Amino acid sequence: MPLVNGGKIVDDSFVKLAVDTPLPESGDILVPAERFIGEADALLKRADKVGVIWPNNRDIDELVPYLGKVAAVALVFPTFRDGRAYSQARLLRERHNYRGEVRATGQVLRDQFVFMLRAGFDSFEVKKQADAEAFMQTAKRYSVFYQPTGDGRITALHRRMQLRHSEGVGT
Amino acid sequence: MYAYDEIDRTLVNERVSEFRDQVKRRLSGELTEDEFKILRLQNGVYLQLHAYMFRVAIPYGTLATNQLRALAHVARKYDRGYGHFTTRQNIQFNWIKLAELPDALEDLAKVGIHAMQTSGNNMRNVTSDQWAGVAPGEIEDPRIWSELIRQHTTLHPEFSFLPRKFKIAITASDHDRAAIKIHDIGLKLIKNEKGETGFEVLVGGGLGRTPFIAKTIKHFVHGRDILSYIEAILRVYNQYGRRDNIYKARIKILVHELGIEKFSREVEEEWQHIRNSSLQIDDEVIEDIRSRFTYPAYEKLPHMPDELRQAAADPDFEAWRKNSVAPHKVQGYSIVTISLKPIGKPPGDATAEQMDALADLADVYSFGEIRVGHEQNLALPHVAKRDLPALWKALDKLGLATPNVNLITDIIACPGLDYCSLANARSIPIAQELTRRFANHELASLIGRLHINISGCINACGHHHVGHIGILGVEKNGEEVYQITIGGRADENAALGTLIGPGVKFDEVADVIEDVVEAYLALRERPEELFMDTVKRLGVEPFKERVYATR
Repeated sequence: MPLVNGGKIVDDSFVKLAVDTPLPESGDILVPAERFIGEADALLKRADKVGVIWPNNRDIDELVPYLGKVAAVALVFPTFRDGRAYSQARLLRERHNYRGEVRATGQVLRDQFVFMLRAGFDSFEVKKQADAEAFMQTAKRYSVFYQPTGDGRITALHRRMQLRHSEGVGT
Repeated sequence: MYAYDEIDRTLVNERVSEFRDQVKRRLSGELTEDEFKILRLQNGVYLQLHAYMFRVAIPYGTLATNQLRALAHVARKYDRGYGHFTTRQNIQFNWIKLAELPDALEDLAKVGIHAMQTSGNNMRNVTSDQWAGVAPGEIEDPRIWSELIRQHTTLHPEFSFLPRKFKIAITASDHDRAAIKIHDIGLKLIKNEKGETGFEVLVGGGLGRTPFIAKTIKHFVHGRDILSYIEAILRVYNQYGRRDNIYKARIKILVHELGIEKFSREVEEEWQHIRNSSLQIDDEVIEDIRSRFTYPAYEKLPHMPDELRQAAADPDFEAWRKNSVAPHKVQGYSIVTISLKPIGKPPGDATAEQMDALADLADVYSFGEIRVGHEQNLALPHVAKRDLPALWKALDKLGLATPNVNLITDIIACPGLDYCSLANARSIPIAQELTRRFANHELASLIGRLHINISGCINACGHHHVGHIGILGVEKNGEEVYQITIGGRADENAALGTLIGPGVKFDEVADVIEDVVEAYLALRERPEELFMDTVKRLGVEPFKERVYATR
């Protein structure tokens, strides 16, 4: 499954661990939420990056105390019609100011890219190779946005206000 | 009328091009039907019994004449020459070819019409009072706020994959014509004691398998906070709404399971985090949207022009005027409802020719504006009273002057088993038969205001729960069986109807309804006591006794 990060297909440095996989000596790891919460102190002492796979039905508040030390949060789309992780992503970015990697996992298709980017995702485990290759093109599909989110894109209302004020000059 | 600016146009065009790409990927096999299903639903495309069905949004029920002509064009070019107006200010085309859909969308986009979020588990077309901006006594034009919310809910990055569909309706009148109490969020525009505009916010209404009347979650939310408050409700729902069972996934179930107090506390907590964010709207933003609504330059006209006085001698004109013409906020003008319920025809249908002709009439008589109401009728919102006789004659020629608005033959019905893949029973033929039974105008007038709503399955698209008489078709041992309720209503006193007895067969439905009506005529205290009031006064029992005594 190709990983898109920074708009490009890249190698995934993280190894995903199951609940009972023995801990590797070194290397970046992604740990299931349950295991992460249980072994947080030990895990966060590692020299390499530690990320967490957070299910979409678990309150993100539980993760907040660790956010400063977590390199990545992988949020889950069990199917692409299940949109809970969009809220989790926005809460991580906009309420908790999380600046690490927010990764979309599960059924990730190109048709969600724009929504995901707007919600704060910056890394994508894309289901289909063709979708991953079309990432940059798809991400540019929309040029106007009605809602303000933490991604900083200018909204339609905002743009209109700018237009109003610029037109106002000289009249 | 709201005029799109370059930003709105760009977004709609970008959406059309995205959908064109999605259709292309489906046709090439790159997308599976399972994947495509969700994507097409987000753009109003269902797969029905015979073909794809295409549902187009008419936000808050306002149409310009060039838009109505574009709908006629789609009916003619891509469909079978007609369209069907729905209970949520949408229009449906039943015979569209998938490969042609992107072209149909592109044709509509040229006049600022789209099909975004007319189906799927997202925030649906925002609906409002079809008399918005012209009804006497309104707080202010609710379409300004409807448009603000339409924009905010369009392609929302967080709430496009909700547990289930989500519908918002707005009214600004005490008399609720937008049925806000049967919506996921109902908004009633009000002023607080300081004279500031805001909303009473209701939540958790809805019909379907488990009907609920919406409850007030907050008595006053200031206009500047309305987007953040809606966002807070949606965020709670997106995270905690049930996704394990499609029949329990609407927000009404979450509100019911948590209780309105606990639910409102959750929303309040979320809202406190976001109310002072960029979601807050200042007056200038509202002004900007308001400035893109245009209003007619009304003339100073007499309350009772000669033309109207003379036409009053014609009983046919008077019959039509009495139930189709309503008071306008400006003296000398009227709001004219156009019945799409001709006797013996499917409710809510209009042919391409009718749409084109109506657009011409609206240009001449209604400042180029048409409205669509949830009762599946249309309206011309600004007709000078002196023009009423001429308009009536023109409408009559088009088959659009059936004098039955708000009468027993003004029936709301879903497409039912004739079109819909979800339906268990036919709806349209029941409606057609009932209009024939009550075709006599004197009889219908004698009965007075009476709404019959018909759904062909438990999903309740025909709003049967809130019909004064509700008819629900179900399937029992391979047969269509119809359950009859009475006492429902969808207005400011919204209530769910009560079952009057065992279900009846297809052939018996019209007889039973005739018996219910006969019972009412015998039971009412005086001619002015409407069906609703008699049911309220006496309850269901006396109706039940009379209807089932001989069955």
